[in-house]
Amino acid sequence: MSIYVDGTTRLLVQGITGREGTFHTGHMVEYGTNVVAGVTPGKGGQRVHGVPVYDTVAEAVAETDANCSLIYVPARFCADAVLESADAGIPLVITITEQVPVHDMIRVTTALQARGTTMIGPNCPGLISPGSAKVGIIPGSICTPGPVGLVSRSGTLTYEVLFALTTRGIGQTTAVGIGGDPVQGTKFIDVLAAFEADPATKAIVMIGEIGGSDEEAAAAYVAEHVGKPVIGFVAGQTAPAGKQMGHAGAIISGGSGTAAGKIAAFENAGISVARHPDEIAELVAERLGAG
Amino acid sequence: MNLYEYQAKQLFGLHGIPIKEGRVARTAAEARDIASSLGGPVVVKAQVHTGGRGKAGGVKLASGSDEAESIAAKILGMDIKGHRVGQVLVDPAVDIDSEFYLACVLDRGARRILIMASGEGGVDIEQVAAETPERITSVHVDPGLGLQSYQARRLAYGVLHALPDARRPAFAAVLRDFQHVVAQLYETCVEEDATLAEINPLVITTDGQMLALDGKVTIDDSALFRQQELASLRDAGVETGAERQAREAGLSYVDLDGSIGCLVNGAGLAMATMDVIKFFGGEPANFLDIGGGAQADKVAEALRIILADARVNSVLINIFGGITRGDEVARGILAALEQLDTDVPFVVRIEGTNAEEGRAILADAAMNTATTLAEGAQLAIRLADERKQGQSQEVVA
Repeated sequence: MSIYVDGTTRLLVQGITGREGTFHTGHMVEYGTNVVAGVTPGKGGQRVHGVPVYDTVAEAVAETDANCSLIYVPARFCADAVLESADAGIPLVITITEQVPVHDMIRVTTALQARGTTMIGPNCPGLISPGSAKVGIIPGSICTPGPVGLVSRSGTLTYEVLFALTTRGIGQTTAVGIGGDPVQGTKFIDVLAAFEADPATKAIVMIGEIGGSDEEAAAAYVAEHVGKPVIGFVAGQTAPAGKQMGHAGAIISGGSGTAAGKIAAFENAGISVARHPDEIAELVAERLGAG
Repeated sequence: MNLYEYQAKQLFGLHGIPIKEGRVARTAAEARDIASSLGGPVVVKAQVHTGGRGKAGGVKLASGSDEAESIAAKILGMDIKGHRVGQVLVDPAVDIDSEFYLACVLDRGARRILIMASGEGGVDIEQVAAETPERITSVHVDPGLGLQSYQARRLAYGVLHALPDARRPAFAAVLRDFQHVVAQLYETCVEEDATLAEINPLVITTDGQMLALDGKVTIDDSALFRQQELASLRDAGVETGAERQAREAGLSYVDLDGSIGCLVNGAGLAMATMDVIKFFGGEPANFLDIGGGAQADKVAEALRIILADARVNSVLINIFGGITRGDEVARGILAALEQLDTDVPFVVRIEGTNAEEGRAILADAAMNTATTLAEGAQLAIRLADERKQGQSQEVVA
C-alpha cells in the first residue's frame, strides 16, 4: 500500500522534451513507473524513451487516460502548466520546478481548490512509492518497500534519510517531498492524514525546516489525529535570523519560524525528535520495535 | 529582495499612494541641496535594511539646509545594527496628528495575501499582535476576485471602532482616503510581486492629509525575471563579497562566524550539515548549497569562495547524489585544489548517484573521507582544531 501514487498511476510528464524532463523520464520508465504521455507544445508526435509526446494536456489525457501529471517546465510557464493539467481533469499534479513566483502559486492553489485538484510542490523532488511508482527525481536505488511513510520539505536531506532507512532494512510505503517554497500545494497536515489512513504505513517520518509555521500546525494535528508513531527532525537549528537558507521558504522572520520553536512543538505533540539526521533511522527502528 | 524606504515610497507613489516629495542623497552636500530645494524643515533618514533607525540616531529633524548638511554628515557612514549607512532620504518635515499601520503580507498558511490595519502606527506590529490583537483588523484577499470594496470598508471601520474616542473624528474624516490607500497598496503588492508591502506609519497630518511616511517592501526574488526595473534596484552593498560572488555563480551562500566551511548539495541537507557540526561542538563558517546537478566548475567556484574566508580551518563536503553526480563533484574538488594551493584540510563524504566513482577519484588524491555525516562532521572539527593549534604554535615559535 502507499499514498498518492502506486501501480494504477498513469503518468503524464509536462516538459518531457527538456533536459531534466527527458533525463528523469528515462529513470522513471526504468523504475517501472507507468509513464503514458508527455507534453511539449510544438513537439507533438515525437517519442521520448518510447513515451508519446502531445502538444496539449487535453489531447494527451483524451488519448491515454493519464491521471497524474509531473511538471518540469521553466518557472515562468509553471502556473500555466499546472492549470492546464487541472482543466484537463487530472486530479494530482506534482510540480518539480523551482523559483516559481509566489503570487503565481497563490493564484494557482486557489484555482485548484475549486477544481478539486491536488498539487504537490512546487520546488519539490516529487514522490516515490517504492516498488510501484517513482514520480519525480528521488533516486529509486535508495528506497525499498516497507512500513514507513516519509514527508519532507527538503530534497537531498530526504534522500539521506531514505538511504539510512533502507540500509537498516527498513522500507517505505511512500516518500513525499512537499517542497521548500513558502506557498505549497500540499502541506504536512495533508500528507499526515493520508499516512494515518493508509493501513500499510506503521510509522511516519516528518522532516521540517526553519520558516513559516507548518511544522507547528502539523504538531497540533499529530497530537489530535495521528495514532501512529511519528519521528521528526527540523533542519536549521544553527541558521541565523533574517537570512534565506537556500529554499525560498526557509527564513526566520521577526523571531518566528525558528527550529527551536518547531522542535518544542514536535516534542509537546509526542513526536520523537532526532537531534541530527543520523539519529532518524535509529528512532524509527526503536518506535517500530515498540509499536 | 528588500527595498529601501525611499524605493518603497517611490513605488507607492507610482501606485497612487500619497507620499512626500523627498529625494535620496549620498553625500552631505547633496543632502544640503535637496533640503534647500524643498525649503523649510526636513527630516534626514538613514536608508538601511533594518528597523530601529530612530533609536540608533539615524533619523533626525533639521530646521533648514545648513542643519540638514551637518546631520547628513553624521548619519552617513554610521553603523546601524551592522548596516553601514550609504545614503540618506531627505523628506519635507510633516506635522503629524496621528499614526496608523497598514500592510499586505504573504500568509503562508492561508496561501493568500493578508491585509492588516491598525490604529497603532509607528510601533512594532508583532508586539501589537502579541499584546493587543483586538487593535488589528485583517482580511484575506481571494487572488481570483481581487480586493473587494467591502473588504477595504471592513478594514477602515475595524480601525475606526478600535480607536479611542478622541482619535475617531480625525480618522472618520479620511475614511475614504484610507480605503483608497488600502486598494492601492494591494495593487502594489500584486503588480510588483511583493511578499510584503508595509506602510508604517501611515499618518494623518495636522491639516487632515493621509500620507505614507515610512515604507517597507520585499520583492519575491523568484519573480525578478518579470520585474526587471526592480531587479536593477538590488543594492550589492548589503551582501558580503562572498555572498555576491556566490549569487553570481548561481550558488546559495550565507556567511557565518565559525571555522568549518561547508559545501553541500540541497538546502535542507546544507542546514542539517551545519546543525551536525554544531551538535558535535564545532561552528560552521557558512551555509552553501551548490544546488541540483552542479557541474565540476561550480563546485570549484564554491570551494574558492569558502577558502577565501581566512577563518576557515577545515572544509566538510557533504554530497548526496540525486541529480548531482558524485564523480562530477570529485572532479570539481580536484580541479579547485590544483588552482588554490591551500593547506586547509578537507573531509569529503559522498553518497548516492555515482558515489563510488567519486570516492575512487578522491582516494587517488589521498583525501580524508567519511561514510556518515556524523563521522564527517567530527573529523572536520578535529582537523580544524589541529590546524588552529598548529598556527598558534607557529606564532609562538
